[in-house]
Parts: sequence; C-alpha cells; structure tokens
Amino acid sequence: MRLAVENVDGERGGELVFSGVSFALDAGRALLVTGPNGAGKSTLLRIVAGLLPAAAGAVTFAGGAEAFPDAKAACHYLGHPNGMKAALTVEENLAFWRDFLGEQRLSPLEALEMVGLGEIGHLPFGYLSTGQRRRTAIARLLISYRPVWLLDEPTAGLDHASEARFSELMRAHLSDGGIIVAATHLPLGLEGAEELRMGAI
Amino acid sequence: MLALYLRDVKLGFRAGSGALTGVLFFLAVVTVIPFGVGPDLNLLARIGPAILWIGALLASLLGLDRLFQADREDGSLDLLLGAQDRHMLALTVLVKCLAHWTTAVLPLVIVTPLLGLFMNVPPIGLAAAMLTLLIGTPAITFIGAVGAALTVALPRGGLLVSVIILPLTIPVLIFGVAASRGAVAEPDPFLPPFLILSALTLFFAVIGPAAAALSLRGAAD
Repeated sequence: MRLAVENVDGERGGELVFSGVSFALDAGRALLVTGPNGAGKSTLLRIVAGLLPAAAGAVTFAGGAEAFPDAKAACHYLGHPNGMKAALTVEENLAFWRDFLGEQRLSPLEALEMVGLGEIGHLPFGYLSTGQRRRTAIARLLISYRPVWLLDEPTAGLDHASEARFSELMRAHLSDGGIIVAATHLPLGLEGAEELRMGAI
Repeated sequence: MLALYLRDVKLGFRAGSGALTGVLFFLAVVTVIPFGVGPDLNLLARIGPAILWIGALLASLLGLDRLFQADREDGSLDLLLGAQDRHMLALTVLVKCLAHWTTAVLPLVIVTPLLGLFMNVPPIGLAAAMLTLLIGTPAITFIGAVGAALTVALPRGGLLVSVIILPLTIPVLIFGVAASRGAVAEPDPFLPPFLILSALTLFFAVIGPAAAALSLRGAAD
C-alpha cells in the first residue's frame, strides 16, 4: 500500500498557496504536516482527500485492492467541522456514518468506549462539550475502515488524557498497516513519523 | 442510502428544523385569499385549486436553501462528497431530495383538503388538487436541489434559491393547476395535463439531482 503525492500545487481562490509538494508513504507510516497558519496544510489535506482539485501534480494511491481503488476512496477525512448533527444522539450519528461509509468495523458503542465516551451515547450531539464532540468525530474513524487517515488538527480541544488515548489509537492504526497524514501544531506522540514543513511562499 | 433517508427524515421532524413553517405559511397564504377576494363563493371555488397550488408552491420553496447548506456547515457534505465512489453523488442528492419532500412538502399535501374548504372547493376538486400536488411537488423539490446546490456557499441564499428556481417551476404549476381544474370544470380534460405533470416529475427526478451533483462537485472549497 502506498500513498504518493507528486509535485502538487495548491490553489485557494485563484492564488497559489504552495507548489511542488511531494511525499510518499508506505503502509504503517505517518506524516506530520507542520507550518505557520496559511501555509496550506488544510488545502493539502483536502487535495489528498479529493475534495479540492490540485492545480498541478497528482495524488496516487496503490495497493488498496478493489475496495480502495484511489486515494479518495481510501481516506477518512477528519476536518475542522465534526460532520455530526446536533439534533441526533451521538449513537444515531455514528450509526448513520457506519451505514453510509461501509467497510464496517466497530459498532458505535464499541467505538465510543474506545474514545472514552461510552456513557453518553444517548445524548444529543449538540449537548456535548468541544472536546467530547471531537472525540465523537474520532470515533467515526473507528466505525468503518479506511487505510488512510487524513487528520486536520485532530487534537484541537482535547485534554491530555484524550490526547494520549488518541495517540494510542493512531499507533494501533499504523501497526495495523494504515497510513496517517496529520496537519498539526501540536506533537501527536507518534514516534518515527516523517515531517513535512510547509512555509508560506 | 436508506440510512441517509432515515437520518434526514429524523432531522426534519426533530425540534428546530422548521418543517412546520411551510405548513403555517401555506395556511397563512390560503386563509387571507377569501378576505382579499370577497365572499363570492362561486369565484372562490373557481380559483380555489389555483390558489392551493400557488400556496403549496411558495411554501415548498421555504427551507430549500438549507438542503445542502446545513450539511456543509457541520462538515457532513465533505463526507458525502468523499464517499462518491461508494454512493453515486446524484443518487445521494436524490435521496436527500426525497427526505426533504417527505418532511417539508408531504405535510402540505396532507393539509390541502382542509385548506380547500376555505376556498369552497367541491370534494372532487379537493381530491384532484391533493392528487396533483402529490404527483407534482416532487418536481419542485428536484428543481430546488439545483438552486440549493448553486447557492450552497452563500450564507443568505434563501431568497436567491427561490428566484433562481421559480421560473423553472412554472410548467409544473401550469399543468398542476390545469389538471386540478380539469377535474371539476366540465369541458376541460383531466388526464392529459395530469400525465404531462407526471412526466415533468420523472424528468426532473433525473435532471435535477444530476445537475445538483455537478454543481456541488464544482462548489468544493
């Protein structure tokens, strides 16, 4: 399994944000994308996720067999918004994404246990605190399987205990042969992760 | 796909979704007409089906702008777009339209007979108006999906959606009213306009979601 990004240029509103970004990751590898605000970290992740077209260059994903033919199909994208509905309960939200995203793994309840929210599955998502919402979004990564995790500031709003727990989940994903690309300002507790420093042009 | 339909229906009926706003607006439009037109019962009966259709059309435009915007704001839209390889985007849009129709427009169809009584519409006319609305209003939602997709990134796109799609809904209105009048006014036929109305709905069920999907793909940022 290999995720490769070759000479990708990123554009935001017609202006070049970064150019010539390349990296390649094999199974079990992680990449931390760092850099000042506005360097294009989120843009890069959205391009890899297939949500934005690359101005130049290519994103390729190989070795995902039939279930994951390209990078878009192989990605879990965790952006700034959590992708949950405030009016539905935490469990309903997760159950929906589990059905919709396919490749089902953990049940919503098990996934909530993994992020330490086992007790609050029955609450509407809107009642949760910022950190609890983020943990629910992280639980989404566990309910259906994708080899590649694209994480945009994944630990924003998490306390230390949850950060440590999330590091463990990420390490488990990597040792399972997954790939992680994370844009972050904070250390994520991943040893041996490569780093891609992006600077404003 | 069924999961998406059920989620959107559930969201539609939960507190704060505004599904009932449409019914209240429909009620407001239809009840003020007799006060404006006057107590001429024959006149009211004659224009009744048309008023019901206009009211339902305007009421079903309410809330259309939130069709994709709500999903965009909480990040769900990214995930729906990201799952394109598993679920064809046009199909996802179709399912969202059907769920929107179920929660926001179907209640309008259900209260139509009640509101028709205000307009002195005879029972056969009430049945015809309800049937034509049941068949015709999905077309409005499908057309509306295109407008909603075009304005998904605009924070105050509500009125713009209505303005964009209103001209396109005119044929639906014309044939809907023609069919419901045909059921009561003797020389006018019922079946031909009704069949054209059904054809319009089927036509827009394909064109609308496909165009909306194209537009959503282009609106990614």
